Amino acid sequence: MNTDANESLLRYSDWAFRSGFAVLAFAFVLLIIEYAASRAKSPAVQRNSVLVTAGGSGDAAGPATPGRSTRPERTLGERFGNMGRSVLFVATAALLVSIVLRGFATHRFPLGNMYEFVAMACAAALVSGLAVLNRPAYRSLWVFLLVPVLILEFLAGTVLYVSGGPVVPALKSFWLPIHVTIVSIGSGILMVAGAASVAYLLRMAVGDRDTRLGRTLARLPDAQTLDRIAYRTTIVAFPLFGAGIVLGAIWAEAAWGRFWGWDPKETVSFITWVVYAAYLHARATSGWQSTRAAWINVAGFVAMVTNLFIINFMVSGLHSYAGLN
Amino acid sequence: MTASPQLRASSPVPKQSVLGRIWAPFRNAWRGLTSMRTALILLFLLAIAAIPGALIPQRSLNSQKVDQYLADHPTVGPWMDRAELFDVFGSFWFTAIYVLLFVSLIGCIAPRIVEFAQALRAQPVTAPRNLARLPHSRSAVVTADPEVVVGAFEQELRGWRTVTRTGGPRARDERERTVSAEKGYLRELGNLVFHISLVGLLAAIAIGKLTSYEGNRILIADGDSFCSTSPAAFDSFRAGNIVDGTELHPMCLQVDDFTADYRDNGQADMFRSNIRYQSGSDIEAGIWRDAQLEVNKPLRTGGDRVYLQGHGYAPTFTVIFPDGQERSETIQWAPTEQMTFLSSGVMRFDPPGGTYPDSDDRRKHQIAIEGLFAPTAQMSGTLLASAFPAMRDPAVAVDIYRGDAGLDTGKPQSIFELDQSLINQGRLVKQTRVNLYPGESTTLDDGTQIRFDGAVDFVNLQVSHDPAQGWALVFALSALVGLVVSLTVKRRRVWIRVTPLDTDTTSRRTVVELGGLARTDQAGWGDEFDRLADRLLRQPEIGLTDEQAPAAPGRGAPRPQEAR
Repeated sequence: MNTDANESLLRYSDWAFRSGFAVLAFAFVLLIIEYAASRAKSPAVQRNSVLVTAGGSGDAAGPATPGRSTRPERTLGERFGNMGRSVLFVATAALLVSIVLRGFATHRFPLGNMYEFVAMACAAALVSGLAVLNRPAYRSLWVFLLVPVLILEFLAGTVLYVSGGPVVPALKSFWLPIHVTIVSIGSGILMVAGAASVAYLLRMAVGDRDTRLGRTLARLPDAQTLDRIAYRTTIVAFPLFGAGIVLGAIWAEAAWGRFWGWDPKETVSFITWVVYAAYLHARATSGWQSTRAAWINVAGFVAMVTNLFIINFMVSGLHSYAGLN
Repeated sequence: MTASPQLRASSPVPKQSVLGRIWAPFRNAWRGLTSMRTALILLFLLAIAAIPGALIPQRSLNSQKVDQYLADHPTVGPWMDRAELFDVFGSFWFTAIYVLLFVSLIGCIAPRIVEFAQALRAQPVTAPRNLARLPHSRSAVVTADPEVVVGAFEQELRGWRTVTRTGGPRARDERERTVSAEKGYLRELGNLVFHISLVGLLAAIAIGKLTSYEGNRILIADGDSFCSTSPAAFDSFRAGNIVDGTELHPMCLQVDDFTADYRDNGQADMFRSNIRYQSGSDIEAGIWRDAQLEVNKPLRTGGDRVYLQGHGYAPTFTVIFPDGQERSETIQWAPTEQMTFLSSGVMRFDPPGGTYPDSDDRRKHQIAIEGLFAPTAQMSGTLLASAFPAMRDPAVAVDIYRGDAGLDTGKPQSIFELDQSLINQGRLVKQTRVNLYPGESTTLDDGTQIRFDGAVDFVNLQVSHDPAQGWALVFALSALVGLVVSLTVKRRRVWIRVTPLDTDTTSRRTVVELGGLARTDQAGWGDEFDRLADRLLRQPEIGLTDEQAPAAPGRGAPRPQEAR
């Protein structure tokens, strides 16, 4: 049988992945420059800008009256930020190209090992980030989102990396693309929620203080906005992740003889789902709405990342397809 | 309500009845249990309690690992065992948490179902006096009659629950009409469906745990067969508490062949096995049906599933006793190396009757073979290793023993290793150690010949039965649908007040005021309200004018719009 991986396509895929990583790191630097260069507005100005934002199209620097002349000059920081945003698109595209090429190179759906799974989750985080954090006012949040994405991509490209090849018989299933894609997209969106919650907590903890750190964090979107971003992304990802678990159970029934068996990965996904359920309940419980709910979201983020790949290092189970254990 | 102190002193708090006093702590405990805060804490506990289940080896998954763990941790191990940390998901504390959580859940949703049923019958609430004080409001002057306006609005608000009222106690003007509209009832419905489905899911899993069974049976892939008539037909059998083994779904399975495709690097590509089966009434009718088992593709018949769960090699040995009688045996050896399928096992031969004068002598001349099988032999000196999982060049490296192999001891013997105590006692004595290729044989000092004939594949089939798993799937899916509905549907209230502007009847001008309230998901409601107001007011038959509506008497300053 000569269905082995197409080596040159595989090489292109790896190049796309690596250059995507480099471009993403570059975007990270640009966004940090914007973040560092933007001056925190004084509380009074900020309050005004909130009102303006509410009425207008969301452009915080939008003019009070129509007309080009009143539009303020873009600062250097903003230019860096706009550049960073464009570069983010390039990085996301490169990652997606790398995933698609891997699929073509290996003649199968490109989600057969941990490297490909983490790459997909990162791509999902980037795409949902581009969708949710599109407004310039939210751009500072990218700095928080890119930290886990860069770390995960780095680990995927080094520790988890395996060359493309065919998958083991257990993964040859109709359910593989459905189950793993949904789980990785859900995980990616939850990364955005986690980044927003971390930013929210930092902002609540020190954002009002007139210290260096406080002033730095004051450049983030206001706490209410961060909370809303976390909530809106979570309510998209929570059912998606739940669907991923159910689809996994359907597959497990066909592959392992039972739909649920408390395999370590099943257990941690159960934990993750329960933690996010607690988050949604906390949002509806008085006294738990703000900071505590955000802490729960962060706990869910930790559980999700643990489930994503850490559990594969800690214990071996039926989901050990990465050749790690 | 506003009783003076004197009055209260003279009439003390009405005494609770005895029954009431006994009931009070239970009622309070119930209220506490069904509160959201308790549910939240229980959810947390559930998540935390599941963590050891992921990190500590579990008996249900791998009991050898648990034994290993206990051997490695002689001090804490037994204590952990006592705390049921090796059986987390069946432990008393895990059970306690999820039972409390579900009691809390039922206690929370039962009253909500009643409330929801009442809300479904209730009319949307009457309009507030001053719509401009709502988070979002709009007012306009139109040229159409109030009746036309109301009719047009009702028409446009399809999908909303609406009620139109005229005048009323809160009206500023007797002629005014108000339309109260509400939508988003599905949100609570979805929420209830989600939670009820979770209860159903738990019930389905519980019923499944009680009534399910799964049995494993190893069959040599050359036409070997068995019938699942009783648990004894299986090599291993696990069943729920109310399965007594008398009513297993009757099924006969015969394994015709097994094929494993491997790539050049030894990675498996696919495993498949052709089987024939009889299920239920087929057995009396004598009908055999063909099926192919593959990884991920079980056979489903009569509510049961048959899985191809494992495979390996079963070597065949023939022993030719000194008097020329032959005995052959084929038995599965355990794959000890998953990559190369180097397997290990034993084989025991009882001499046929007549070879030896009495049973004692016969027992002392049993033959036992213990050793390794390599599907693709790779010799380094005399050491046997396997180079590839497929059978390309099989060979065995075995120790041959003679003596009491333990066949008559009455003690169960492992099919994969010899009883070491028999060897230590000198009852079973090693005669030789040889490497054999198919067809090769070795001869012991008494003339007994042992021949390695080759090997065949064996498969490990699992028969699983769970009558409730279909229900588990149904409830899991309805939970998901309910969840999506409850998270996406938004609850909105809109009120419209339509008042004739002029007292004389010749001019037809009408003031329309709209106000809106988001009961959930405030974010985005501003835009949504604006779009709705535009849609309502821009209907051609209404005749929207640019005129500003006069300030209604008693109307406060409009509130600033909230951030979306």
